[in-house]
Parts: sequence; C-alpha cells; structure tokens
Amino acid sequence: MAGKDPGTAGAGNQFSTPVPRRRVVEALLGSGFLATAVAFFYPVLRYLVPPQESDLGGDSVVAGRVGELKPNSGKIFRFGQHPGLLIRTASGEYRAMSATCTHLSCTVQYRDDLHEVWCACHNGMYDLNGRNVSGPPPRPLESFEVQVRGEEIYVRRRREA
Amino acid sequence: MSAWHSLRDWLNDRLEWDDLIEPLRKKAVPLHGLSYWYFLGGITLFLFVIQVLTGILLLLYYRPGANEAFESVQYIMTQVQFGWLIRSVHAWSANLMVFTAFAHMFSVLFLKAYRKPRELTCVSGVILLFLVMGFGFSGYLLPWNTLAFFATKVGTDIAGQVPVIGKPLMIFLRGGEEVTGATLTRFFGFHVAVLPGLATLLILLHVLLVQRLGISVPPKLEVEWNANPAMKREMKFFPNFMLRELMAWYVALGVLGALAAIFPWNLGVKADPFVPAPAGIKPEWYFLFMFQTLKMIPSKVWFIDGEVLGVLTFGVIGLVWLLLPFFESEDPSRTKRWITGLAIFALAYVAGMSVYGHLAK
Repeated sequence: MAGKDPGTAGAGNQFSTPVPRRRVVEALLGSGFLATAVAFFYPVLRYLVPPQESDLGGDSVVAGRVGELKPNSGKIFRFGQHPGLLIRTASGEYRAMSATCTHLSCTVQYRDDLHEVWCACHNGMYDLNGRNVSGPPPRPLESFEVQVRGEEIYVRRRREA
Repeated sequence: MSAWHSLRDWLNDRLEWDDLIEPLRKKAVPLHGLSYWYFLGGITLFLFVIQVLTGILLLLYYRPGANEAFESVQYIMTQVQFGWLIRSVHAWSANLMVFTAFAHMFSVLFLKAYRKPRELTCVSGVILLFLVMGFGFSGYLLPWNTLAFFATKVGTDIAGQVPVIGKPLMIFLRGGEEVTGATLTRFFGFHVAVLPGLATLLILLHVLLVQRLGISVPPKLEVEWNANPAMKREMKFFPNFMLRELMAWYVALGVLGALAAIFPWNLGVKADPFVPAPAGIKPEWYFLFMFQTLKMIPSKVWFIDGEVLGVLTFGVIGLVWLLLPFFESEDPSRTKRWITGLAIFALAYVAGMSVYGHLAK
C-alpha cells in the first residue's frame, strides 16, 4: 500500500503526517539561504578588518644626532609607525623608550622642570627608566637600547634575555 | 479657488492626504506647569536638520585624508565665501544638539515620561543620544587637528579596553593599530553615511512612536486627571502646539546664528602623530565627565587596571540607562523613587565632573 511507503503519505492523512520530501526541500532551501548569507557576510566582515601593515621601522632606527639634544631635554622620534621618546638626562646620558602612554595611548613628553616623563592627557608620570610612578598609567613604558655610533644615535628594542 | 487649494484638492484626490493629516489633528498636548519641557525633543530634531543641511554644504569642499583634511577645512574657513559661518553653524549646532538631547533625556526621566507604554520610545531615544555622541566623536576628528587627534587616540583606546572584543573593535575603528589617515577615512564614512542612516531610521521610529502613543502626562497629574477628568487641560498639537514649536525653533535658530557669528569655531593646529600631547588637552565638554573620571581612577583597583574598570563601569551604566524604563512601575501612583534619585545623582555627577574637568589643570 502507498501509505506504508515512508517516502509518500497515505491519501487519508497526507496533511497530518510529516512529509519527508517537504523536509528535504526545506532543508535544501534553508541551507541554500544560509550559504548565501555566509557568502554575503563573510567577505563583508573580512573587508572591515584592515590589512596588517608591516612595521617598516624594523628593529633599530636612528633617533637623532649627537649634539641635537641639550642635556635635560627630550624629543619624539619615529619608531616605525609608533612614536618613541629620546631623552638626554641632566648628566648627559641618553635614554629611549616608547612614547605611547600605557594608560590610554596619548603621546608622552619629557618634562625638564620635573626630570620626569609626563602624559598631558591624564596626568600620568614615568621616571627616566619608563617606570610608571604616579597617575593612572598601569604599566611602565617599553624601554629601548641606545647606542651612539659616530654622529648618530641608534635606538633598538631590547632583546629578550 | 486659489492655486494652493486646487493643488491640495488634486493631491487629496490621489493620495487621500487628509487621512494622513487626521491623526495629527486628533493629537493633543497636555497643558500644565511643565509643558515647556515638551519643546526639547522638537528643538533637537530641528538642530539635527540643521546638521544635515550644513553638513551637506561642508561636503562640497571637505576632503578626507591626513594630507588634505586640515587644509580643506582651512580653505573652507578662509577662502570660501561664508565658509567660516557654515562650519561655525555646523559645530555650534552640534554642541547645542548634544545639550538639548541631554536636556530632553533628563526631562523625560524627571517627568517619568518613559513609563508604560512608552518604554520603546525611551530606548530609541537613549540609542539616539548615543548616536549623537558618536556623531560628535567622529566629526571632531574630521578637521585633523592636534586636539582631535589625541581625543581620537584616547577614545578609541577606551574602546580597546573592553574585554575580549576590545582589541578587534579598536583596530576596526582605527583602521589599523594606530590613529592615522586610515582612521580619518573611516570616521568620515561613519560620520557622513553610517550614523546619518541609522539616526534617520531611529528618528523616524522615535517620532512615529511619539505620534502613536501620544504625549505623556507626569504621574502625579495623571492620577489627578484620572480621578477628576474635568481638570484635564490639553492643547491641539496641530496647529496650536506646532506653531509654538516653530517659534521655539526660530528662537533656537537665532541663538545658533548669534553664537556661530560671534564666536566662530576655531581650527587649531594640524595633527602630527609624532609630537607629544599638548599640555591642558581636554575632550569636548560632553565627554569631560568621563575624561575626568578616568583621570581620577588609580592605575590599579584591587587586581583590575584602572582604565578597564572605568570603561566597564561606564558601559554597565549605559546599559542600565537603556533599560531604565523596564524597572518602573506601571501604576502612576506608585512610581519608583529610586529612578528619580538615580537621575538626580547622574545629573549632579555629570554636571559636577564636567565643571571639575573644565577647571582642573
């Protein structure tokens, strides 16, 4: 009898029992729509994420020239895409560190009156080694290695020990 | 028959225009001692229209991009005839709109206009307020000056503090790791396309809901009027209230024109990603209360970084604010006092911190 065939419904109860063929069509349509949605949204979502840019600065940059900085002063230099801070201490020693405040990423500056590094945005303070000493910054500034070669001052990231 | 009447009849024959106007004719505005607060939403809408119009005018000359944006705004202000005025009106109107939107929100809270059945009107309004702040934040960067550059750095870094999604969100907003010309392009897109689209849809929904649900009566008065319907006093929305609202808009236009002409908006110094943040840097006044709070939270609170705690707290407060109508009682005689208390505290906190932030070094 036709009613016993699981692929078709009996004439008397064709509206009350599930019809597998309909389910197949629904599943096909549903997965088709889903696939269309994925095919539509995936490229859009990927498009929203900007491409990774290589940090063109490399590991080492020339931050300045000897004689450019007076004792007890500082300057911002480019470290790839990021700003760095080169300081010449009152005793004439060079120090370098990241100039991006660890609080909310404003650019810090050297305060010659306080002999400290200061962030104007939220009044954060760091010492000359980049340690956060007061205000809201949660972490120290990344400090860099400084090498004077001839007339040029090179700054590079510290190698992990 | 005048030309106007024949045009109206011609349209009416085809569009049944009178049926559309009918609900406006039926609508009434409750009359009581605090009725003037009802003008604020309309004034905010008026200022939004001014923003759209002046924004379109600015688009004729503005060029997004780190090498061109500042110069193009400078060109608008110095070379284009009345360019300074158009930009000044845009900037002043933006500030006034933020102010009236905040005032509208607090008036709704104090008059308890968010109660059933107007919960969704209130939710759409609070989202609109967030959008208005988004407009302010994204538009602020467009002239590409130093203040805007650092405000954007801080603002996007705040977004970056959100746990889990923070970092991807920050990169999405900045168009990279740092605030660069890519950020400017994105913010331009948000400011002139994404936000206006969203805002227009929400404003339509908001106004439609106000139209559908009518204007709320403060709960005390509602109880009195329900007990004694003879006390009820109303004014027809169309044309009586509408004409008064138009007068309010006219006053707003006068204030706006005077402010824009007497205190033209300045441009500042071109942004340079490789100079330190200048001393005394502050965001726009409507972000000052958050700025000052973040400044005061110590670097570590228990085991959480101070800024993460601040950002999470503001996020939770924003969410609670959005859901506030759902905590209110349905009975006008038993409204929740703590909501009014919270609104008073919030107003005092925002006002106090803003003044403190303005005065603090």
